[in-house]
Amino acid sequence: MDQFTLNLLFVGASFALYIGIAIWARAGSTSEFYAAGRGVHPVTNGMATAADWMSAASFISMAGLIAFTGYDNSSFLMGWTGGYVLLALLLAPYLRKFGKFTVSEFIGDRFYSKTARMVAVICLLVASITYVIGQMQGVGIAFGRFLEIDAFWGLLIGACVVFAYAVFGGMKGVTYTQVAQYCVLITAYTIPAVFISLQLTGNPIPALGLFGTVESGEPLLAKLNQIVTDLGFAEYTAAHGSTLNMVLFTLSLMIGTAGLPHVIMRFFTVPKVSDARWSAGWTLVFIALLYLTAPAVGAMARLNISELMWPNGTNAEAVSVEQIETDPEYAWMATWQKTGLLGWEDKNGDGKIQYYNDKNADLQTKAAENGWEGNELTNFNRDILVLANPEIASLPGWVIGLVAAGGLAAALSTAAGLLLAISSAVSHDLLKGQLTPNMSEKNELMAARISMAAAIVVAVLLGLNPPGFAAQTVALAFGLAAASIFPALMMGIFSTRINNVGAVAGMLAGLVVTLLYIFLHKGWFFIPDTNSFTDADPLLGPIKSTSFGAIGAMVNFAVAFVVSGMTKETPQEIKDLVESVRVPRGAGTAVEGH
Amino acid sequence: MSQDNDKNAYWSANVRLILISLAIWALVSFGFGIILRPLLSGIAVGGTDLGFWFAQQGSIIIFLILIFFYAWRMNKLDQEHGVDEE
Repeated sequence: MDQFTLNLLFVGASFALYIGIAIWARAGSTSEFYAAGRGVHPVTNGMATAADWMSAASFISMAGLIAFTGYDNSSFLMGWTGGYVLLALLLAPYLRKFGKFTVSEFIGDRFYSKTARMVAVICLLVASITYVIGQMQGVGIAFGRFLEIDAFWGLLIGACVVFAYAVFGGMKGVTYTQVAQYCVLITAYTIPAVFISLQLTGNPIPALGLFGTVESGEPLLAKLNQIVTDLGFAEYTAAHGSTLNMVLFTLSLMIGTAGLPHVIMRFFTVPKVSDARWSAGWTLVFIALLYLTAPAVGAMARLNISELMWPNGTNAEAVSVEQIETDPEYAWMATWQKTGLLGWEDKNGDGKIQYYNDKNADLQTKAAENGWEGNELTNFNRDILVLANPEIASLPGWVIGLVAAGGLAAALSTAAGLLLAISSAVSHDLLKGQLTPNMSEKNELMAARISMAAAIVVAVLLGLNPPGFAAQTVALAFGLAAASIFPALMMGIFSTRINNVGAVAGMLAGLVVTLLYIFLHKGWFFIPDTNSFTDADPLLGPIKSTSFGAIGAMVNFAVAFVVSGMTKETPQEIKDLVESVRVPRGAGTAVEGH
Repeated sequence: MSQDNDKNAYWSANVRLILISLAIWALVSFGFGIILRPLLSGIAVGGTDLGFWFAQQGSIIIFLILIFFYAWRMNKLDQEHGVDEE
């Protein structure tokens, strides 16, 4: 059986499983559609939340970004896990006690203002749609690879599949499907990592292998540092970027994690307040299984790629074009070339492909001596690294098929969760809560599905010109959530002083400054060449657009405090509401909000 | 009024626990993983230093322990102050 058929088989079988579960657990009522009837065990909920959370960015993109940058991209690892501490300590139990379906309902009730609820809906839509763009990028790459077509067509096919899949179930269908998707994605991520760790270090646990030694007795990371610096790249384990930017970037990802509506929504589905606390812990257990492995995947893949390009060491001859075209160990390069995400060119016509950093002065000298005319591995999209990893390490065909299925599971589960959050914001908060309060349950479900379709179309259109690699696009979404939603939720619980006007002003200020900063650097609505600054030379010192969310959140807090101080005090009944949210006793099942 | 006092005691105990937990949260990630990394550079771990380990492994493990510790401690606190769910 050839690789193409094997991939189709794995992807097809996993899809059949998800669709089967979605049909079996089809949502009948609105309550089931949004919150799965609240009958979900914390461990099950944790697993589903982990699948919901770990998207194309975590699965497909993150290890690649770490591989090519090294230590500086540790922010992704700390940021996307550290947010769960904030979520568990500052938000989840209280929002569960409050007992409504959506994040905007809490904001609307706590700040006794329909305007606040509307502003929350807008913030939520902006962050979620940016997030979906990143997912669609990942879906496009995964489909492009396993169907062996251009990533653009992969994106269009992927969009159709995501849509068909998400309208099926609602939260109930999605929860159980996501448990299955978690199992698929974690197996697909771990198996190749274990194989590669064994090959390189003899240690079956990748997280330990990363700090282990290679065959020669040298530590793996020391060897990697040696090779990459020989080729003129920055030392893998050293810090190169600005410390301030790294701190702000990590903080943005953390706060954003705790402010993303589709994740917070999951904590509405557990039976009790105490379960909401445990559930956050279980979610992080399941996430950590992947996150502790990811840095090992990145470092080991970087080592493997460098050695493939320089099979006889960095001081000998580079790999020949002939070998790339004929040696089965290099077959993956030809397959990935078809997606347009990998490319090489024998610039100096010596029949060899020299891979090095042609911006490095020392290497320019070496290149001049050897007659090299620039780096010849001209295109290596970071997002292909995880999917190509088993092929790079020459693992068996079924592992490659499994990874394709895992990548799609990751992208699909998150895209479905986000679409659910978007559709509930539009149908439940915007239409039923505001414009047409008398809408029937049936029409509400219909509106939810139509808004899902609209969101996908927008995401595909914007996804044609993505503002960065998948994980970077997703990082922007986190910045937006960090600057708008999280501060409002936290102040709503921990301070009775913040009033309606303060909260609205804070959310708007946070959202607007962050969006402005992003558009100034990434182009207006991500349209290329409309940007005034670049992340290489940002507007404010070393602060890149992906790191600005933390600043946006501070602006939000500050504006809310100042404005609340100047306007009328919070009424007594709202203070009582806050008091009641703070204690677990009396948490019933959720009621429909209007 | 005693009930109100107890509620306040419960809430301030909770806030104190949150502050301690967040201090550890910040220390292992922003501290050991980023800002204080140069101070830890003398401690070698598998070809690099302790700060690198905290940034890519240690912080995640501590986060996990923190959340479970907080959940366990809070559920106990709920019972002590009689505000748990019946």
